[in-house]
Amino acid sequence: MSSNKETFGKTLIFVFMVCLVCAALVSISAVGLKPLQQANKLLDKQTKILEASGLLEKAGTDIVGTYNQFVVAKMIDLNSGAIIEGNTDMFDERADARDAAKSSKPENDIAGINRRANNAVVYLVKNKQGQLDTIVLPIVGSGLWDLMSGFVGLADDLNTVKSVVYSDLKETPGLGAEVLNPKWKALWPGKKMFDEQSQVAIKIVKGGAKSGDVHGVDALSGATLTSNGVERTLHFWLGEEGYGPFIAKFRNGGLN
Amino acid sequence: MSTDTKKVLFGPVVDNNPIALQVLGVCSALAVTSSLANALVMTIAVVVVTAFSNLFISIIRNQIPSSVRIIVQMAIIASLVIVVDQVLKAFSYQLSKELSVFIGLIITNCIVMGRAEAFAMKEKPGVSFLDGIGNGLGYGAVLIVVAFFRELFGFGTLFGMEVLPLIQNDGWYQGNGLLVLPFSSFFIIGLIIWAIRQWKPEQVEKD
Repeated sequence: MSSNKETFGKTLIFVFMVCLVCAALVSISAVGLKPLQQANKLLDKQTKILEASGLLEKAGTDIVGTYNQFVVAKMIDLNSGAIIEGNTDMFDERADARDAAKSSKPENDIAGINRRANNAVVYLVKNKQGQLDTIVLPIVGSGLWDLMSGFVGLADDLNTVKSVVYSDLKETPGLGAEVLNPKWKALWPGKKMFDEQSQVAIKIVKGGAKSGDVHGVDALSGATLTSNGVERTLHFWLGEEGYGPFIAKFRNGGLN
Repeated sequence: MSTDTKKVLFGPVVDNNPIALQVLGVCSALAVTSSLANALVMTIAVVVVTAFSNLFISIIRNQIPSSVRIIVQMAIIASLVIVVDQVLKAFSYQLSKELSVFIGLIITNCIVMGRAEAFAMKEKPGVSFLDGIGNGLGYGAVLIVVAFFRELFGFGTLFGMEVLPLIQNDGWYQGNGLLVLPFSSFFIIGLIIWAIRQWKPEQVEKD
């Protein structure tokens, strides 16, 4: 039986045909489903931003409507802190960070991100009266296993914490992944990121922060490396190589 | 349903379980069983991939030159896995975020290759399709049992619903840290294999 289908030419043609059919199948599904996938990705991001600004419960099922009503995304140049033009929906921090022309190596890379994109997108969240209520800053930094990315929501003094919400992480379930636990997230609101000298002062305290400590948040038990990662990520992004210039400009009223 | 169809479809669930008897596909069974939702989605993904790879390979089984048959099987399986991953990304983004890595690894799941090579290369498309579903279900049955124990005793939840309130959420149950980690599945799969062989002694290998 093998004599007629085992010739070199026939094998080659057969393999070529199989590849062609498989490639067509993969391409069709990838291209055909792309709009849905991008919509999902955007919806996921918007959900997290609403959560970071405390609007998620009010939004209910209308994520997109609430987002469009209250949230304004602004592209900023991290080095100068100035607001610039740019497509905020398509911006991908990690993609830019891989591009040598659009990123730089931080001098003091405490967050362990290797390269940092030159630009960032910040989210200005208004309240019902149309006044600025919350500023949501995206953050990314190393945990124990891999980069963890998320958002930190700050009140309009850019000091009082409203929330720390992680969206992507690969930490150990039950230990490091407890950063997603609502109990732990509830420790954040009201904490102060900066001390009187405007230095980043937020810290994660092993064994539990003293009551009344406005800069201290309880560490996660059994997850020292993840807790350290969260602290370093915040210190990096709120520091001079992160949103520092933007925060300084904002405080001097340079935003308006 | 005739007895033959039944045997092909449900035989792999207990009598000829790909994990418990053939001890295939254990690697991915460790990774995706931390929660029932993950295990269920992984089951559906493997059922779909095994069934359709069996179907397509069976359709062209008489044309596949035997010198390149493994590569051809691989190409078909890999394409199907990518399609499943894309569909998951489009319709269940949250789950795909957690499972994406493991969906990709279905390509290397020995069950899919094993059924393609051992069954679909010899049998007609219809029965191969059923065999694929059966083996996917057999794999999934073990996955779901393992995930049930791991999620219940590791996190105190079932499908994310709280069953045993954890101490860190002001409950009374201390989650079992071992069951949270992937390698705990080794113990549970071992116990499942032991239980099945107690029930069906004919599965015990002769020395």
